Amino acid sequence: MESRFRVLFLITAMISLSGCAATKNLFGFGNEEAPPPSSEPPGQVVDPEVERREIKEPRIDREDFELGAFIGILNIEDFGSDVVYGAKLAYHVTEGFFVEASVGQSEAGLTSFEQLSGGARLIEDSERTLTYYNLSLGYNILPGEVFIGEGRAYNTNLYLVAGLGSTQFAGDDRFSVSYGAGYRFLLTDSVALHLDFRDHLYDIDLFGEEKTVHNLEGTFGITVFF
Amino acid sequence: MADPYLEMHTGPGRGYPKFHIVDRGETIEILKQRTTWFLVRDAQGDEGWVDQAQMQQTLKPDGSQTTFESAQQEDFTNARWEMGVLAGDFGGANVVSVYGGYSLNPYISLELWGSQVLGNFSNAWTGSINIVHEAFPDWRVSPFMTLGAGAIRTEPKSTIVQGDDRTDQLGHVGGGFRIYATRRFLLRAEYKSYVVFTSRDDNEEVEEWKVGFAFFF
Repeated sequence: MESRFRVLFLITAMISLSGCAATKNLFGFGNEEAPPPSSEPPGQVVDPEVERREIKEPRIDREDFELGAFIGILNIEDFGSDVVYGAKLAYHVTEGFFVEASVGQSEAGLTSFEQLSGGARLIEDSERTLTYYNLSLGYNILPGEVFIGEGRAYNTNLYLVAGLGSTQFAGDDRFSVSYGAGYRFLLTDSVALHLDFRDHLYDIDLFGEEKTVHNLEGTFGITVFF
Repeated sequence: MADPYLEMHTGPGRGYPKFHIVDRGETIEILKQRTTWFLVRDAQGDEGWVDQAQMQQTLKPDGSQTTFESAQQEDFTNARWEMGVLAGDFGGANVVSVYGGYSLNPYISLELWGSQVLGNFSNAWTGSINIVHEAFPDWRVSPFMTLGAGAIRTEPKSTIVQGDDRTDQLGHVGGGFRIYATRRFLLRAEYKSYVVFTSRDDNEEVEEWKVGFAFFF
């Protein structure tokens, strides 16, 4: 008997409860009693203790500038050849193009007339110093490699340059144009040796009539990229 | 490394041969950058130059795509600083100029100019401060108007016997174009009309035309 009552009781309880549940759902009360959302997402068994690494990106060392000095021979038309020395700064815009600012100085000798005439001087000694500056655009036309022995290879570049500037000589500044070619031999990725040939042109009227002179220059230089 | 492989060149340029390959999944270290090329070292210690396009296919240690700053036309409009070199004609004489500019906003910038004028009869140095207005700074060919004031120091040539060196004030108006070329590079062409306030009875008027190139950064 006891078991029959128990079954009956259970059935009644089940029906009433399910009925309640059904009506509740029917009238939309159920949502209010939804279990509170747990603070941990379901299925999260282990809380990871690994922190995401904060990665600080170091600044990449940019080496687009090239600074250096050069020394060589400058032939000053009518005034012989002498040592020229100077400095240059280049900025590499792309792998091909670069812009360059250069300054140079040389000392003019005597013209043939001055030597033959004895004491006569066309210009004063203080005016014999030739100083020029040039702003040039260059292009690395033939990049390449050279091999020394069996195990060594060096990067090289043959480049063309053309520029404008001013030449101070014989008491005046003169507008000058220069063009030429150079060979860059990279000893390391940051240090380069240069062999440069340039022609500097300007108009001068020192001997009465105005004429365009060509001053040819050959220099050897060393530069550092930074 | 996310790309199938990374090509190392012996030098920072397209012409230099590829001599080594870094496989997918390996890590590399960036040593330096020159123009758009990166000197990298792989796990074995091999060093070589890699182009920026390939570097952008690499992943950072946290798994995100690597990006590199590279100048675009947007920077042409918004960059703060600018430096350039121009050459041309200043009232019949040759002129070489350098300038540096600072943008207050994309429309207005201030510029400092220095020029050397090399003529047949006299040479001159000029220095001036300019205000430049660009009406359409986001155009690839951006027109501008400029207004400035400064000084000019004139030195008659030594072969001509007349007058001493003199310094006069000057003012100018002008206009021109800034043209975006590539990367940080722009071309510039301009016209300026100068009035030189001489100590004589008449002021001198000089027209100047110049072209050149500049960088922004």
